[in-house]
Amino acid sequence: MKSMLALSMFFAVMVLSGCSNLTVLDPKGPVAEQQANLILFSIGFMLFIVVVVFVLFTLILVKYRERKSGPEYEPPHIEGNVFLEIVWTVIPIIILVVLAIPTVQTIFALEEAPEATSHKDPIVIHATSVDWKWVFSYPEENIETVNYLHIPEDHPILFKLASADSMGSFWIPSLGGQEYTMSGMMNELFLQADVPGEYRGRNANFTGEGFTEQTFTVTAESEEDYEEWVEEAQDAPELTQEKYNELMMKGHVEEMTFSETHLQWVDHGMDAEYATKVRNGEPTDDESSEMDHSEMNHDDDDKESEEHSH
Amino acid sequence: MRLDEFFVTGDPLIYGADVSIALTLIGAIFALTYFKKWKWLWSEWLTTVDHKKLGIMYIIAAVLMLFRGGVDAMLMRAQLTVPDAGFLDAKHYNEIFTTHGTIMIIFMAMPFLIGLINVVVPLQIGARDVAYPFLNAVSFWTFFMGAMLFNISFVIGGSPSAGWTSYVPLAGLELSPGVGQNYYLLGLQIAGIGTLLTGINFLVTILKMRVPSMKLMQMPIFTWSSLITMVIIIFAFPVLTVALALMTFDRLFGSHFFTMMDGGMPMLWANLFWIWGHPEVYIVILPAFGMFSEIISTFARKTIFGYKAMVYSMVIIAGLSFLVWVHHFFTMGAGGAVNSFFSITTMLIAVPTGVKIFNWLFTLYKGRIRFTTAMLWALAFIPNFVIGGVTGVMLAMAAADYQYHNTYFLVAHFHYVLISGTVYACFAGLYFWYPKMFNHRLNERLGKWSFWIFVAGFNLCFFPMYFLGLAGMPRRVYTYGVADGWMSMNVLATFGGLLMGIGFLILVYNIYYSFRYSPRETTGDPWDARTLEWSTPAPVPHYNFAHLPEAKGHDAFWIMKEEIKQGKKPEKKPYKPIHMPSYSGVPVVMSVFFFIAGFGMVFSWNWMSILGLIGVLATMVIRSFDYDKGFYVSVEEIEEHEKTT
Amino acid sequence: MEAVEHSPNTPLEYQTETGRLNILGFWIFLGAEIALFSTLFATYLVLVGRTADGPGPAELFEISGVLIETFLLLTSSFTCGLAIHYMRNHSLKGVFVWIGITLALGLGFLGFEIYEFVHYIHEGAALTTSAYWSAFFVLVGTHGAHVTLGIGWIILILIQLKQRGLTPDTSRKVFISSLYWHFLDVVWIFIFTAVYLYGMVM
Repeated sequence: MKSMLALSMFFAVMVLSGCSNLTVLDPKGPVAEQQANLILFSIGFMLFIVVVVFVLFTLILVKYRERKSGPEYEPPHIEGNVFLEIVWTVIPIIILVVLAIPTVQTIFALEEAPEATSHKDPIVIHATSVDWKWVFSYPEENIETVNYLHIPEDHPILFKLASADSMGSFWIPSLGGQEYTMSGMMNELFLQADVPGEYRGRNANFTGEGFTEQTFTVTAESEEDYEEWVEEAQDAPELTQEKYNELMMKGHVEEMTFSETHLQWVDHGMDAEYATKVRNGEPTDDESSEMDHSEMNHDDDDKESEEHSH
Repeated sequence: MRLDEFFVTGDPLIYGADVSIALTLIGAIFALTYFKKWKWLWSEWLTTVDHKKLGIMYIIAAVLMLFRGGVDAMLMRAQLTVPDAGFLDAKHYNEIFTTHGTIMIIFMAMPFLIGLINVVVPLQIGARDVAYPFLNAVSFWTFFMGAMLFNISFVIGGSPSAGWTSYVPLAGLELSPGVGQNYYLLGLQIAGIGTLLTGINFLVTILKMRVPSMKLMQMPIFTWSSLITMVIIIFAFPVLTVALALMTFDRLFGSHFFTMMDGGMPMLWANLFWIWGHPEVYIVILPAFGMFSEIISTFARKTIFGYKAMVYSMVIIAGLSFLVWVHHFFTMGAGGAVNSFFSITTMLIAVPTGVKIFNWLFTLYKGRIRFTTAMLWALAFIPNFVIGGVTGVMLAMAAADYQYHNTYFLVAHFHYVLISGTVYACFAGLYFWYPKMFNHRLNERLGKWSFWIFVAGFNLCFFPMYFLGLAGMPRRVYTYGVADGWMSMNVLATFGGLLMGIGFLILVYNIYYSFRYSPRETTGDPWDARTLEWSTPAPVPHYNFAHLPEAKGHDAFWIMKEEIKQGKKPEKKPYKPIHMPSYSGVPVVMSVFFFIAGFGMVFSWNWMSILGLIGVLATMVIRSFDYDKGFYVSVEEIEEHEKTT
Repeated sequence: MEAVEHSPNTPLEYQTETGRLNILGFWIFLGAEIALFSTLFATYLVLVGRTADGPGPAELFEISGVLIETFLLLTSSFTCGLAIHYMRNHSLKGVFVWIGITLALGLGFLGFEIYEFVHYIHEGAALTTSAYWSAFFVLVGTHGAHVTLGIGWIILILIQLKQRGLTPDTSRKVFISSLYWHFLDVVWIFIFTAVYLYGMVM
């Protein structure tokens, strides 16, 4: 027991000294902030439960150990106690209800753009994971970057997440929780930065050999700096399909910037086969593949054109 | 296929493993030949259908697998201790965490528990064997061959490296060519046959083979936990069987269940995997709960507090276990309503679990607590499991889970529940029932050393991981940078892991030491315990009970002892011949053919898989025509046994 | 295992402890089989419509062949029941005749099913064509594999009946195999509805 106590003291010191780098509890945007608040709220209750159990546990062990009671002591026959059992059924239920309400509220809140900036139209960025890199397309700005992002502060960003191959998870811990990227599926995630700065983003879901280095940087900056960056990026070399197909090969690449986006050839949220076909040297945009996705593509085309018309 | 593709080459660690495997094999063959033990091995062990011997073999295999999985863990900790370490490259690290997870869950935790269930449950319910002794042997051997098939992957052909969850498309043929993933699929499939058979076998055993006087609500809690576990197995394992088969078809025969091409649906795998996978978690935790109940009750010298609540809470946990699988991928984008539903069902599991924690605490209350090693493991479980449990509730809160998911916070959580739940239970159960199996106790002094070192190491290893998770460290990365600032916690974790390794080695040494020096048992009841398995003499005769005992409550043996204390004389009844099943070599041979078929399929050598499958069918035909009805143990033999003990 | 007392009306297969245990165990095994087929059905229903470049089910399914298969299998379930009826009446000959007919019907079912599969493959719908056809072939094929195994198993039991006559052991085996056969019939009804009828109206 003493060693347990010493251990917990040791942990406490470690925790206090290491707190500054607990990224998740040091939010830089409204999404991460809601999550950090929920986490801290739950930690409070959890500590309460832990303390109750630990105190009871210690008291009982100390009081009823054989060395104290002696070998003559014969414990009473107790089969149970309905009242007590109801108590420790009902109290946890109450705690869970108290935890479930903000959980459900936050789940639904995170599906919308952050409230404080809801008057601004979100910037749409397609984030696509490809073994083992990140491709970001800004359809409205008509630019595409690889392995880095620029976003304006105080402005909601709507990430449209997809994968060209293995399932990844798009995660910028300072700005908010993650969401999967999948081939042939489109997920949406709102994030926002309130504080300018450089943040790390990465793939959080295992994707094989190059997974560890499948990272990107996020620069959150003022609207003016962001506009300036967009204009600069629009002067970057044009993205060709040939160049894009090179990106489909497994491997790591440096940061890159292009004007034009790959969305003109493929939307990985709709087409699960593109990267595989490129790797196998099969034709990618033949008639038949158009046809077999035509049904699903229709609503997407509508959506896409709506976005463009904004 | 070239030979250097067949054998894994190029890594000194693997060559080291090759050499040690070869030496161990040669050593074993030499020893068996030198001591003329081949016949003994075959007729006493390989062909046995005795649940006690099968249980012991399960446990031996599980301890070996614990060693293998533990070595994997040590290698991972070594690699992660400092930033940018070059000890392992990404490929090897991926293989190691994949085999670590798979082995620990499928080939360590389950067989360890099933081994203890094998040894203990028939004795606890006053049965002379299980309902289907032959099938029980098939269960063990298919598990064992499945485990062997999985384990040889790292020297022949290459290990799987897509994680123990084997998410597609990563685990599909496009992104994981090579045979590693096939080993995973076939190894688990073959072992899964055994698990399903165990489920049916023990369900019927517990329902139908109890002594007639034992009502359902008089069964020991461990038997109850086993019963519920078997029901989960029966409904969960077929899902795994199908999921594995579909992926096998994808990889070997070109179907499109989980592929990116031609309409396949990778998400389907994640769903099927976890529809099995979450109940699986309870398959390895409920028997642990059962063991802790027995041990705490015995060493507190009190009957279990709230017996009925203990039973019902396990039933509720089992039911809920099938309704929570989506919490493994809240981040898949299923939408608010789905995530809310699964958040709440997941949190609900905390209620019956909490009830159990308090019932254990109040079993201790007013007890007379003896700190034996078995009891220490059971006691350490309570605070550690509570830490794992409350962080589980935190993970259940979907909105917060978006930040914990795929991080070391999750890694810390499931090691807290699985190690302090399942592994502590395995150790506790091993110390507790060891005298039933081997007729001597494990040394208490060594046991306590190993306990304290392991438990301290465990907390030191995994508690910092919660903070690593909150600091943004994802799971399954093979290294990290200095700038990430994760080093100090990782150093702590590695140090803790080292202590766990030392604790485990002391345990192994204790097995050897106690075999040499522990005094042999003279009674069958070394702990002054409460349930029927302790009413058998030491050593337990192969027919278990000369007379079927009588159960008057869930502490049946305790009640018997009380009655004798109050002056009731045990009446002398005449012995009757006892019917017992015959040993059979068919299960082991059948499983060898399963192995051959599986190995052939791993390498797509059709002739070999067909040969193996024909062998399997042939052994089944042989069994079908086998009308052996077992034999009777004569009254003389029973008298002989009962006299010596 | 020990033969326990039983009333003279107890059917042969229930007269021994082994008989009772094995029959219960087999019922539980069928529970696991239900879980297995449920998973396959769920997989199939999830993948319906994912035909990629290949043909869809409505283009290929032909009601007549499927109706014949259904008729054969349903009838075989009935004749299998008759076999058990004769077994209860201790008529070894009746058992042979009706099980023989059951097997013949089962073989007929298999024949039509194999013909159906070959036909689809000719029309360009194979296991490898698309997710939909993978699910179709594996679901229906798993049932077919069960029928095949069942036929082999029942033949083995017939040989044992020939060798030993009706004993508690052999009648237990006949009874258990009949449970299995009825179960396959039930699964087929679900396949008929969820795969064929649904596929044709799709």
